[in-house]
Amino acid sequence: MRKPSGRALLLAGIPFLAMCFSVSLWDRIYPMFFGMPFNLFWLLCWIMLSTVCMRVAYRIEIAREKNDGGGA
Amino acid sequence: MSPSGVSMTTIVAIVAVGATIGILAGARRKMDLEQWTVGGRGFGAVLMYLLMAGEVYTTFAFLGASGWAYSRGGPTLYIMAYLTLAYVMSFFILPEIWETGRRHGMQTQSDFFSHRYGNKYLAGLVCIVGIASFIPYLQLQLTGLGIIVSVASFDGIGRTPAMVISMALLAAFVFASGVRAVAWVSVLKDILMVFAAVAIGVGIPYMYFGGIGPMFAALARAHPAHLTMPGATPNLGHTWYISTVLLTSLGFYMWPHTFGSAFTAKSADTLRRNAVVMPIYTLTLAFILFAGFTAVMVVPGLSNGDLALLIIVRKSFPPWFLGVVGGAGALTAMVPASIFILTAATLFAKNLYRPVFAPSMTDDQVAKLARVMVVVIGAVSLCLAIYTSTTLVSLLLVGYAGVTQFFPGVILGLYWRRVTASAVLAGLIAGVATSVFLMLSHRDPFFGWSAGFVALCLNFIITILLSLRTRDSPPLEERLRG
Repeated sequence: MRKPSGRALLLAGIPFLAMCFSVSLWDRIYPMFFGMPFNLFWLLCWIMLSTVCMRVAYRIEIAREKNDGGGA
Repeated sequence: MSPSGVSMTTIVAIVAVGATIGILAGARRKMDLEQWTVGGRGFGAVLMYLLMAGEVYTTFAFLGASGWAYSRGGPTLYIMAYLTLAYVMSFFILPEIWETGRRHGMQTQSDFFSHRYGNKYLAGLVCIVGIASFIPYLQLQLTGLGIIVSVASFDGIGRTPAMVISMALLAAFVFASGVRAVAWVSVLKDILMVFAAVAIGVGIPYMYFGGIGPMFAALARAHPAHLTMPGATPNLGHTWYISTVLLTSLGFYMWPHTFGSAFTAKSADTLRRNAVVMPIYTLTLAFILFAGFTAVMVVPGLSNGDLALLIIVRKSFPPWFLGVVGGAGALTAMVPASIFILTAATLFAKNLYRPVFAPSMTDDQVAKLARVMVVVIGAVSLCLAIYTSTTLVSLLLVGYAGVTQFFPGVILGLYWRRVTASAVLAGLIAGVATSVFLMLSHRDPFFGWSAGFVALCLNFIITILLSLRTRDSPPLEERLRG
């Protein structure tokens, strides 16, 4: 039962903020990008950016596990 | 050959190849309980990815997402958000579950509750709620399969025969090869599905409007309100969006089968890596939405929005392609249905039947009973799918509201030593009762909030408050040592 690091949790919070809580800021049609309404475009961007956030969180957790001498 | 003959032949060929792959997947391995339910805990990154993608892209993604884009508009975007956020959550949940599972030899979600809380009533309730939530989900897959095959074959294959035949095939491959069959059939399913989704999502807007951009521009001119929330609905606004995205993304890995899939991984690291790359697969859903939005203007006025995607494909593409969509669609129903049946059968045999009726059963006997249950559960759900009917998404949300109530028990059980069995039990009962009451009395959304989310908040409050006031006996530390 090892708690995840604060930094990893913070990184995971970013997609939640961008794709969920902030909906009233980006739920609009204009400006359109690549022919898509803004809300759809925004979500597609954040699908990709979420994997970037989690990739960084992954590195942090792996580094932490090594420092702990292999973990739990 | 007639158009109907061409598409029927294609569908039958694809489904036959899929079933053969499934039956052969477990050949040359001895299928004991461990091998059958969790693949001997040996799935590497690729098989794991395929199993999880196979579980996610169900007929709901295929028909439900496009159906919502067609009939409700903007609110359908919640699907892309919740899937991505569910993977983000899985980064913190699945590796821990895997660790605990490996240490104590767990195979099911109910095993987890039974070990963590040492309370047989809680483990039993989790098992029953899990199986009960599966029933609408399973029925939804079968109903969806019937629709896909009958529309794609120009009504050459009726809904009922399609459901009966595919249920027989999937029961056969689950019976023979267990979870390995599910992962390997997913390979074929995913290849066909991605091909079909891209072809449909790019092709259909191009045929009618000359591209995706002009299609959206035309839709924004004709129905400006359709593309944002609440779209064509009276009450699916931003509050609903936030609460539903939270409910479904937290609930996603609380389904007994998604939870259980964590046990199949070779290592905790496999699961973490998976959580990082899985969201990318969600991008393919955008293509399905493009088709749904195009259908708003090309085939307006359908009474059942779930049919929008298939109707527009049938109108626009040659019969062989319709057959590919039909075949991929059938597998899209069969893969998730097979993992549901596998999980429900194991839960029944291992966590309900053995503890209550036959504590002396060996694992081999449990495995035998589970395999018999595959056939029984298959037959029951088939009857339900044939004799009752409802639209797809509403059924799914009832199941979600049910399983999400496991969330406090799982997350607090993993990360908070203080949480007690009686508190989780009380919270779970309150949560399930509240969501069932609100949904059955048509109070969903409840003042703009998703009913399951309201119930989850209540559940969390009860679990935390009661945990602070009660103690487990014997305490967790003693049980873990003993």
